[in-house]
Amino acid sequence: MRRGLTPLLWTLFSTGGTLAAFLFPVHLFLTGVAFPLGWLEPPRYDFALRLLVHPLTRLYFFLLISLPLFHWAHRFRYTLYDGLKIKHLTLLIVVFTYGVALAGTLAAAYTLLCCVP
Amino acid sequence: MSEPVRYTLYHPKWYRRPVSVWWWLQSWRYAKFVLRELTSLSVAYFAVLALWKVRAITRGPEAYAAFLARLQSPLWVALNALALIFLLYHTITWLNLAPKAMVVRLGGKRVPDRVIQAVNYLLWAAVSAAALWVLERG
Amino acid sequence: MPDTVTLEVTRYRPEQESEPTTQTYEVPLRKDWVVLDALNYVKDKLDGSLSYRWSCRMGVCGSCGMMVNGTAQLTCAAFLTDNLPGPIRVEPLQFFPIIRDLVVDLTDFLKKLKRVKPWIVREKEKPLAEGEYRQTPEQLDLYKQFSMCINCMLCYAACPVYGLEPSFIGPAAIALAQRYNLDSRDEAAAERMEILAEHGGIWECTFVGECTKVCPKNVDPAGAIQQYKLASAADWFKSLLLPRGAR
Repeated sequence: MRRGLTPLLWTLFSTGGTLAAFLFPVHLFLTGVAFPLGWLEPPRYDFALRLLVHPLTRLYFFLLISLPLFHWAHRFRYTLYDGLKIKHLTLLIVVFTYGVALAGTLAAAYTLLCCVP
Repeated sequence: MSEPVRYTLYHPKWYRRPVSVWWWLQSWRYAKFVLRELTSLSVAYFAVLALWKVRAITRGPEAYAAFLARLQSPLWVALNALALIFLLYHTITWLNLAPKAMVVRLGGKRVPDRVIQAVNYLLWAAVSAAALWVLERG
Repeated sequence: MPDTVTLEVTRYRPEQESEPTTQTYEVPLRKDWVVLDALNYVKDKLDGSLSYRWSCRMGVCGSCGMMVNGTAQLTCAAFLTDNLPGPIRVEPLQFFPIIRDLVVDLTDFLKKLKRVKPWIVREKEKPLAEGEYRQTPEQLDLYKQFSMCINCMLCYAACPVYGLEPSFIGPAAIALAQRYNLDSRDEAAAERMEILAEHGGIWECTFVGECTKVCPKNVDPAGAIQQYKLASAADWFKSLLLPRGAR
């Protein structure tokens, strides 16, 4: 009863969107505004590294990077279809959006699995 | 009007109005919808930023310090502030629309949308506070 | 409040013109008049050639849907005073082909509605001797909201996806499918799931939400569609993890 991949892609879209909705604002506020402007102290390097080494943190960051990228891919695909009426370019759009999401996922997996000292 | 008669046999010629590619500019409601959809770009942006940050940490203390320093430039702060505004719009619209997809029934009656929205916002506050606490411990 | 208001009404007479035009009429502005009253005034007193649909004039038949100042409304529920200042634009329901003046062709919707089997489907009908089907108030509450649909098509006129993607089955059809899926007497939920998971089904929807905003009966078709997506995704995962026989 497999109807193509759309149900899977939609599930990735909704979990990614939910993760982004709950966690991205605080993270972007800290990393992009509060730390640079000196409102709060960023974590010291040894603390950040200690956090990152922990497998749970690595899983957390993997999900935080990968799933929202799939959220963007699915949503942007339909935005292009409806906003620019370029549904006839569907193959190009699908390859571009999910390709970028896949690339980001692989990069995150590689970084979090192999590069953490 | 000296147009030829617009009938096929027994059937009047229907007029199909073309849908312009600028349909979403024709009303504020449609424009708000497209703006909401475009917030996905800010989501992708932060995912990439997070990946960049993680890579900086794996490369050592100098890379991490360089990353933090680079984000201090006014251009980056402005970009991140703009992305934050879009991200907040994503969060607010997402949390507000969540009750439509999830029907929660308690005691035979449907839980009202407002309650689910309130729970969502409380959860958002709690999760944000938790993240803040973890990151500020070092 | 001024005495009169101008209506800008779409005219399309296929025997005379190849494209729709606009005709203006000056109608009395009364605080208890709706757009339908104004159109009836035009037909009675000003221009008997104007064609449009209407019936119950009280918001239950779904016949009089039109675009009033760019928003899909039932003209029997759209007060003139709510749509001031004039001129008030009255156009045929968006995204449907125009047959004549303000009359549109609804065949597309009717075909799509039929596809979702909007009736109780049972493997075996209960014989009359066994008595009636019984349903508790809680069971009724599950689908009652979606049963309120009067097929007025305002949701189709508000949905940009329907306008852009001709194969999209549309909000009302999905809401009505859900109405029967949630009915305890019905047994065809799986069948409808198959139909709606195809091309042109629920996955075309991008949750614009306009359908719910314009619905005069608070059916909330957007909610029905999102719930359906969740159920369909869950079903997809179940079919992946469990073989057919085990379910």
